[in-house]
Amino acid sequence: MSTRPEIDDHSGTETTGHTWDGIKELNTPLPRWWMTIWLATIVISVIYMVFMPSWPLPWADTYVKGIRNYSERATFEADMVKLAASRGPDELRLANTALVDVENDPELLNFAMAAGKSAFGDNCATCHGSGGVGTIGYPALVDDVWLWGGSLEDIKHTITHGIRGASDDTRFSEMPAFGRDEVLTKDEINDLVEYVVSLSGRDADAAAIGRATVLFEDNCSFCHGETAQGMRELGAPNLTDAEWLFGGDRAAIAETITNSRNGVMPTWQGRLEPWAIDALSVYVHSLGGGE
Amino acid sequence: MADRGDAMRGLTMSDSTARKGIGLDVLTLGVFLSVMALVSLFLTAKTQDPLMAVHAVILLIAFVLGIIALAMRAAGGLHFDQSRYEEGIVKAGVVATVFWGVVGFLVGVVIASQLAFPNLLYFENIGWLNFGRLRPVHTSAVIFAFGGNALMMTSFYVVQRTNHARLAGGVWPWFVFWGYQLFIILAATGYVAGITQSKEYAEPEWYVDIWLTIVWVAYLLVFLGTLWKRKIKHIYVANWFYLSFIVTVAMLHIVNNLSIPIGLTEHKSYSLFAGVQDAMTQWWYAHNAVGFFLTSGFLGMMYYFVPKRAERPVYSYRLSIVHFWSLIFIYIWAGPHHLHYTALPMWAQTLGMTFSVILWMPSWGGMINGLMTLSGAWDKLRTDPVMRMLVVSVAFYGMSTFEGPVMSIRAVNSLSHYTDWTIGHVHSGALGWVAYVSFGALYCLVPWLWKRARLYSNDLVEWHFWISTIGIVFYITSMWVSGIMQGLMWRAYNSFGFLEYSFVETVEAMHPYYIIRAAGGLLFLLGSLIMAYNLWRTARGDVRKGEDVPDMVPFSTVIPAVQ
Repeated sequence: MSTRPEIDDHSGTETTGHTWDGIKELNTPLPRWWMTIWLATIVISVIYMVFMPSWPLPWADTYVKGIRNYSERATFEADMVKLAASRGPDELRLANTALVDVENDPELLNFAMAAGKSAFGDNCATCHGSGGVGTIGYPALVDDVWLWGGSLEDIKHTITHGIRGASDDTRFSEMPAFGRDEVLTKDEINDLVEYVVSLSGRDADAAAIGRATVLFEDNCSFCHGETAQGMRELGAPNLTDAEWLFGGDRAAIAETITNSRNGVMPTWQGRLEPWAIDALSVYVHSLGGGE
Repeated sequence: MADRGDAMRGLTMSDSTARKGIGLDVLTLGVFLSVMALVSLFLTAKTQDPLMAVHAVILLIAFVLGIIALAMRAAGGLHFDQSRYEEGIVKAGVVATVFWGVVGFLVGVVIASQLAFPNLLYFENIGWLNFGRLRPVHTSAVIFAFGGNALMMTSFYVVQRTNHARLAGGVWPWFVFWGYQLFIILAATGYVAGITQSKEYAEPEWYVDIWLTIVWVAYLLVFLGTLWKRKIKHIYVANWFYLSFIVTVAMLHIVNNLSIPIGLTEHKSYSLFAGVQDAMTQWWYAHNAVGFFLTSGFLGMMYYFVPKRAERPVYSYRLSIVHFWSLIFIYIWAGPHHLHYTALPMWAQTLGMTFSVILWMPSWGGMINGLMTLSGAWDKLRTDPVMRMLVVSVAFYGMSTFEGPVMSIRAVNSLSHYTDWTIGHVHSGALGWVAYVSFGALYCLVPWLWKRARLYSNDLVEWHFWISTIGIVFYITSMWVSGIMQGLMWRAYNSFGFLEYSFVETVEAMHPYYIIRAAGGLLFLLGSLIMAYNLWRTARGDVRKGEDVPDMVPFSTVIPAVQ
């Protein structure tokens, strides 16, 4: 509907004369501040385009490179070169220093701890938890229980080759699945569970313990030792302490004996630089009671 | 005698406007639905793909129901009185908007809680309620189901009222409405069952995309047909915005979804684009979904409901022209800012960033026109909570259209990208702008459409407003803090150049903010339930006692004669 333009009482501005369903429009000019800021953004943008790569030139298979001729890839590569230059000497020194000597060199120890913490967060924390607190199935690294040894060299070997990993030198052992493979009956396993529970000083069924003594000797002591205190060469855990990788209640122990566990840690050789493995060894060694 | 004469006249009038026989619209729709039913029957019979089979059955049921409904309506005598506005479809749209809104907000609260407590609704062998499946249900429900229905129903209302013309196309607008609901159901059921083409905001697979294209083209034709029939020479600015939204979304949807199905009876397809071209096409689409769906369309809504509710003239006609054309011209270039610091060539990143910065003022043109329209009626902010909701929506629009260009600057983006800051930014736009302007429109429309003198309760609108506003503040402030903290933690290096934090440490740090965010979402959901109750009571004609609210005269459905 078109009517004649009129003056709006409140603003004193003329309307356009259009009316739609009762809605009218004022003929207010464009706000000056709005135009000014808009023009400023355009000017700034044009300046930016002059300096930075901007418009494509498809017919020439190129683009306007801009005064700065900026390239994200080149900048990235330059940054990496700079980083390598600043870190390189420390990396080299760490790789060429015997691990036991690192702690006598405060500067190098600082570097190894920083690099180790970072590499641990990116690669190890997923399983071992932040700070190496561990969880069911993934050993805690902050305590003094070491299945495969807790010296610097032991730790380095474990990280380098993994546990049941892909390397020829990987840590390897395989607890049998006594139940699944029908080596032991269900009753025998239940007796053994009582026996194992008693090993760590907990109350257990005396009759079952009596029956299981021979079973333990025949089936378990070869790896876990006659006193059940474990055997490092085979990664066989000490059964007399309160530490349980896969849980220490009766159900968890029965599951371990029946189906076995045999967790896997990857081989890190080839995935991490040797100096990074050294750094990780130093870092992990420092977390708990390294030996 | 006089009474009888009036009754007689009424009878002959309605007879003259009632359709005799079957019109072209019914015929074309009937044929189309029959063909589609046959196609779905074929799909149902032939497909070896269990997921496709479920959708084929849904399609078949929908088309058979459609044919039955059409036949029953046609048998009952279709009544398209060209002297009156079509309001039934707007009423249906109001119901759909509220329903999908509540569903979308609810799923949002669920996935926000899943982020804070990852084991929530996690079932090892059933993936249906996993975060990854529910996330697109949330985004599609709020953007396309809630937002889409809000845009459709308000556009159907506004285009009629501002052009003095009944909706064009006879029964076809109803096809658009029900066809769109079918699209939503196919999309949502597909997501939970694991059907996705893995494109953000464009997850539905090829056959659902084709269906949406058909519905959307019908929508465009209905809108254009109504404009064609208009009795008013000039086209009101709201309609420009609605039209730009409909046309551009059609273009974006078709191009981004170009793909090749692995078989005509299989749900899976592969995109026609690969690598960085695919990424660029996707973000060209997704950014302009923000630009043309969530900005342009809702500006159309704002341009009608703000001046109508304020009963004041629009602030500046010239500004509306300049900001409309600059907005749609510049927005379409801004997509590459989603791909800063990626394989996208530098020149494209530069263009994406600079056009986003230039876009700031054109976006603010809408805010200025919205806010300044209130001049002379500012007191309504105090007295009318619906007006306040509309004005606050415009304020949030201004805030997020400032924040957007800032975040598009490469240096800022290097901190903000991939963090929760982006999520907070999106929600200040989605909750503050899109949802609030839609709520305002709903509060206006329900009394107008159901011919009530007032809302059931203004106090409940106040409750809705304050509860939701607190919810939005919780949401966006927690996401600012957590997003910036996340970005700073990711880029923190120690003196040797090693990363200071592992990724999992940054996730742990987010936990309290995720809880605050979920609480904010819960408040927003609560507000929308209060609205749903209030609107339902309003439609029933109830009035809450003890509230001193002036009555309004509901708008007539009779189209005014040409002057």
